[in-house]
Amino acid sequence: MPEKFDVIVVGAGPAGTSCAYTCAKSGLNVLLIERGEYPGSKNVMGGVLYRKQMEEIIPEFWKEAPLERPVIEQRFWMMDKESVVSFGYKGLEWGMEPYNNFTVLRAHFDQWFARKAVEAGALLINETVVLECLVENGKVIGVRTDRPDGDILADVVVLADGVNSLLSKQLGFHKEFRPDEVALTVMEVVNLPKDKINDRFNLEENQGCTIEIFGDSTKGNLGTAFLYTNKESLNIGVGTTLSSMIKAKLKPYDLLDYLKTHPMIKPYLEGGESAEYLAHLIPEGGYRSVPRVAGNGVLVVGDAAQLVNAIHREGSNMAMSSGKMAAEAVIEAKQANDFSESSLNRYKDALYGSFIMKDLEKYKDAAHVFEKYPQYLRDYVPMMNRAASKFFTVDGTPKRDKQKEIMRNMTSERGKFGMLQDIYRAWKAVK
Amino acid sequence: MHIVVCVKQVPDTKIIKINPKTNTLDRRSAPAILNPYDAHAVQAAVKIREETGGMISVLSMGPPQAVAIIKKSIEIGADRGYLISDRAFAGADTLATSYALSKALQKIANEEPIDLVICGKHAIDGDTGQVGPGIARRLDIPPITNVIEVSEVNKAEKTVLIKRKQISGYELIQTQLPCLLTVEKEINSILYSPLPNMLRAARYEPVIWAVSDLGEVDKTQLGLKGSPTIVGKMFTPPKLEGGKKLEGSSDEQVSQLMDILMERKDLLKLKETSTAN
Repeated sequence: MPEKFDVIVVGAGPAGTSCAYTCAKSGLNVLLIERGEYPGSKNVMGGVLYRKQMEEIIPEFWKEAPLERPVIEQRFWMMDKESVVSFGYKGLEWGMEPYNNFTVLRAHFDQWFARKAVEAGALLINETVVLECLVENGKVIGVRTDRPDGDILADVVVLADGVNSLLSKQLGFHKEFRPDEVALTVMEVVNLPKDKINDRFNLEENQGCTIEIFGDSTKGNLGTAFLYTNKESLNIGVGTTLSSMIKAKLKPYDLLDYLKTHPMIKPYLEGGESAEYLAHLIPEGGYRSVPRVAGNGVLVVGDAAQLVNAIHREGSNMAMSSGKMAAEAVIEAKQANDFSESSLNRYKDALYGSFIMKDLEKYKDAAHVFEKYPQYLRDYVPMMNRAASKFFTVDGTPKRDKQKEIMRNMTSERGKFGMLQDIYRAWKAVK
Repeated sequence: MHIVVCVKQVPDTKIIKINPKTNTLDRRSAPAILNPYDAHAVQAAVKIREETGGMISVLSMGPPQAVAIIKKSIEIGADRGYLISDRAFAGADTLATSYALSKALQKIANEEPIDLVICGKHAIDGDTGQVGPGIARRLDIPPITNVIEVSEVNKAEKTVLIKRKQISGYELIQTQLPCLLTVEKEINSILYSPLPNMLRAARYEPVIWAVSDLGEVDKTQLGLKGSPTIVGKMFTPPKLEGGKKLEGSSDEQVSQLMDILMERKDLLKLKETSTAN
């Protein structure tokens, strides 16, 4: 007879570990199953960890978690082939408690986080793949792993098995992705000595910088690139939707190479040594792609529930919050000893009432609009660069005449009406 | 049948980096794992237990983090785990290590007599292969190295049949129990552990002993103090230069090879080779 737990959490990423931690802390008997060699070994993100949602799970985590640098500067680049228009914000208050966000290396951070869950009483097993949910009378009663004698039972199974959640597909919660619902992100960790990073990014000890790069970073395709500072390495990566990659016949690693050798970026990486190469799918379908998240004896959290806000590069924070909400629903269900869908729908209600689904709803059309009308990244970014160049070049032309010429150039490219239409469309998509 | 397997936590030398200044291993650059030969030793013990019944204990010496490899051994199928961990053990060479482990083995034997000790052939960080035979000598039991098969474990007669790997061929030895074996990787393949073992390992807390728990111990034989080995010099061997691949039909390849050999007569002279390994 297989052993039975209160909760089985499949996947020790931010969502699964948050859920396991919260359940274990309230005294539930929790099994956390990870397919990687250790938590974090298979997990990928650009590298920004948000303070707020993590703090709600482990207060003052920054005092002990393996973080890289607190981010004190965020830059946004509109990049063309040989130029960039940049804006950003740098504030020393972000370098002090309670901080805003941090850069992290997931292989280190996820291991630490999972250790916290184990300390709270969760049981963690690695290198074990969950093949399917065990279903009896329409209710999920456990999971089957790939190990001998591999069945194991639970009142609730929480699926935190990541973007391509085979388990929720097996249950019919998910359909196969469309290529415009997922982005493929490729990235590299490039080792570079600390003082070089501090010099190049104008930072001091324990200060970090993030740069989000739009435009030529994806050759005008729908997506973004990023360059983040760790303690002694940089994360550089680029992601575009699968559909635009297919349309533009782009290979992801070619795009990353293009980015690394781009004249605006190359000087930052000079002399660096590539330490790791990572690639991962990111669920970017947004609001409309969120599957059913609760069933009889089962909940879906994090990337598995497609909870990513692509516009604001938020994902791990949503994963953590959803994991915590799922845990709270499980704890209540346990008290009521009712693990039916209607009982577990507490989680769904909490999720839809939270910032997560509100933000996803706000941007529900954004990706679609930017995919359908590629001019935003393809045309407007170069246009902005030309305008800035013209405006800041001192050539004896009166500034008023320059402004007029810039406007004339812009409207001649898209047409006055076209431009107004573009602006309205973009505003509507993100309002 | 009580089998004790001695295991060691080692850095994964497949990916470890060498500090170019000191020529020592940069242990931070690689994760710590169960020495691969020791994993085969535990698996060998599991196979013997299947036939004879009994119990498998694993023993390690190392820092508190070495608990991880004891848990790994439980995953493979060991029943109990002991870790001896103390500042006094630090800096031990193979002589001091085999002394400390033999003291712990004596303590384990006082609780439950030991029929068989199994070690890996060598640890992948030191590659000496000395600790196993060192333990055997101290316990005054026969050491049998390079084992590739264990069969005919006879509990009543207290004998076992061992196949040893030789440079050419193999050797069959029947010996008395208790004895000590050091095993090659060929002895078995590590099986995918059943889920109940995984759960047991995740919950398992090994017994941890300090020097003071081991009874009568001569402290001058422990750790750095008890280690006469002095490392004179360490260096990174030069990287082999890439060769040339001959392609084409066999005849073409042979004639190409002959051309090279005729041209480069120096290649035919035996190169002075290092015997360090």
